[in-house]
Amino acid sequence: MAGIVQFENVGLRYGTGAETLSDLSFNLAPGSFTFLTGPSGAGKTSLLRLLYLAQRPSRGLIRLFGEDIVTLPRARLPGFRRRIGVVFQDFRLIPYLSAYDNVALPLRVAGMEEREIDTPVREMIEWVGLAGRSNARPATLSGGEQQRVAIARAVIARPEVLVADEPTGNVDPEMAGRLLYLFDALNKLGTTIVVATHDVHLLSRVPHSQLMRLDRGRVSDPTGALRNPPRSPQDDA
Amino acid sequence: MTIWRPHQPRRSGMLPESRLAGPLPWVIAIMMFLTVLTAAAGLGLRQASSHLRAGLAGRITVQIVEADPVQRSRQTQAALAELRRLAGVVRAERVDPARLRGLLEPWLGAGLDSDGIPMPDMIDVDLTGDARDRVDTVADAVRAVAPSARVDQHAQWLAPLDQLLALLKWLALTLVLLMATATAFTVVLVARAGLGNHRPTIDVMHLLGATDVQIARLFQRRIAFDALLGGLIGFAGAALIVLLLGRRIAGIGSEMMGSVALPAGGWILLILLPLAGTALAMATARLTILNALGRIL
Repeated sequence: MAGIVQFENVGLRYGTGAETLSDLSFNLAPGSFTFLTGPSGAGKTSLLRLLYLAQRPSRGLIRLFGEDIVTLPRARLPGFRRRIGVVFQDFRLIPYLSAYDNVALPLRVAGMEEREIDTPVREMIEWVGLAGRSNARPATLSGGEQQRVAIARAVIARPEVLVADEPTGNVDPEMAGRLLYLFDALNKLGTTIVVATHDVHLLSRVPHSQLMRLDRGRVSDPTGALRNPPRSPQDDA
Repeated sequence: MTIWRPHQPRRSGMLPESRLAGPLPWVIAIMMFLTVLTAAAGLGLRQASSHLRAGLAGRITVQIVEADPVQRSRQTQAALAELRRLAGVVRAERVDPARLRGLLEPWLGAGLDSDGIPMPDMIDVDLTGDARDRVDTVADAVRAVAPSARVDQHAQWLAPLDQLLALLKWLALTLVLLMATATAFTVVLVARAGLGNHRPTIDVMHLLGATDVQIARLFQRRIAFDALLGGLIGFAGAALIVLLLGRRIAGIGSEMMGSVALPAGGWILLILLPLAGTALAMATARLTILNALGRIL
């Protein structure tokens, strides 16, 4: 089965330093749910940056939605980015927009009419438990509330791939469970999900998920210790 | 108890509601003030130059410089008859000798005796537009019947002034273009600063799938608003001064100064300047932002 995300011998180097990511080869099937773990500095965020097209690799091949994104013309990137939802580790909410407007941003960027935006945005804000805070600016929200706004923004446009960097890092266990339930529901609707986390307990909450462990920029032990490790392109050959 | 508070959806800007750069409207207001004043001066000078040409180009003076009063009178009559016969001569009138004496009175005193100091006879001649290029032919015909005749073209006397007016007109145009260039450079700096200040927002918007054109549109809208606001303020100030100066000039009562006035349609041209300035600012902002975004992934 062709992967929605394919990495072949991907390496990433910032400037002239050592490679942050080396020889990454894996294949994520459409509709898969992958947890990405590893110690701090293992390269999880760098890998996610490659996934959400904030960065091009220094070497290797990356195919997203069947297209080689390494050589993809810059003008075509926005179309691909609209198919990917991102929950940033530092949330990256726009400080002068309300929670409502932050959540509505992907829909506005996609060119949806204002009257079509209101209902899904209100439903999403309600779902993440912020119905009474929709007019609040990020600075007046707690860390957990900001994280929920960031998650609502990432999923509002029903992305084909959802990439989340420590999405439950600032929320209580109950909210973490609810967010994972949301991710799982999206996954069941066909969204491919990649979640970078330090919290190994999350893995047990999504039984059909697979695990990818990074260590010093490489996928560590892809055969033994990992549960349902992602398939490499070589496996499909 | 849950208090139901309906959310009021609003078309939100993606950049802060405050203007991109506080001083931009004022910088543009000053530029527009100077541009409108310069353009008004240029248009006024153009009008004065046209007026001067129209008034003098078809006018000549024939002097009969003859000491013998009989000869002078005979040649004057012959010249008048010849001029009135020539095609292209609209009017040929002898200047009243009493008026000539009046003109000389401040230098030679009252009671001037024409026998004591012989004065030339003068004939004012107006030519049609077609005949303006044939002054030499008219002069030759007059000299054939009045050998003591001297023919002066009025346009020759004021040629240096006309050239000065033309130079000032081009200077005004150059200043307008320089101010437009300075405005464009100001917008480039403001747009770059705005881009730098809002870089985190732009990065997020890029990652959410916003195109360069969508982002550039946010900036160009804001800058267009600032430019229009500044342009209208500058125009209003300059228009007030142009109106006041116009009244003062009209009050002088001088024919030459009075010709320095805005031509018909001049105000329309001036009011187009703030709109042109806004369009220039928008286009500059758009190009600057697109160029800068092109260097970001």
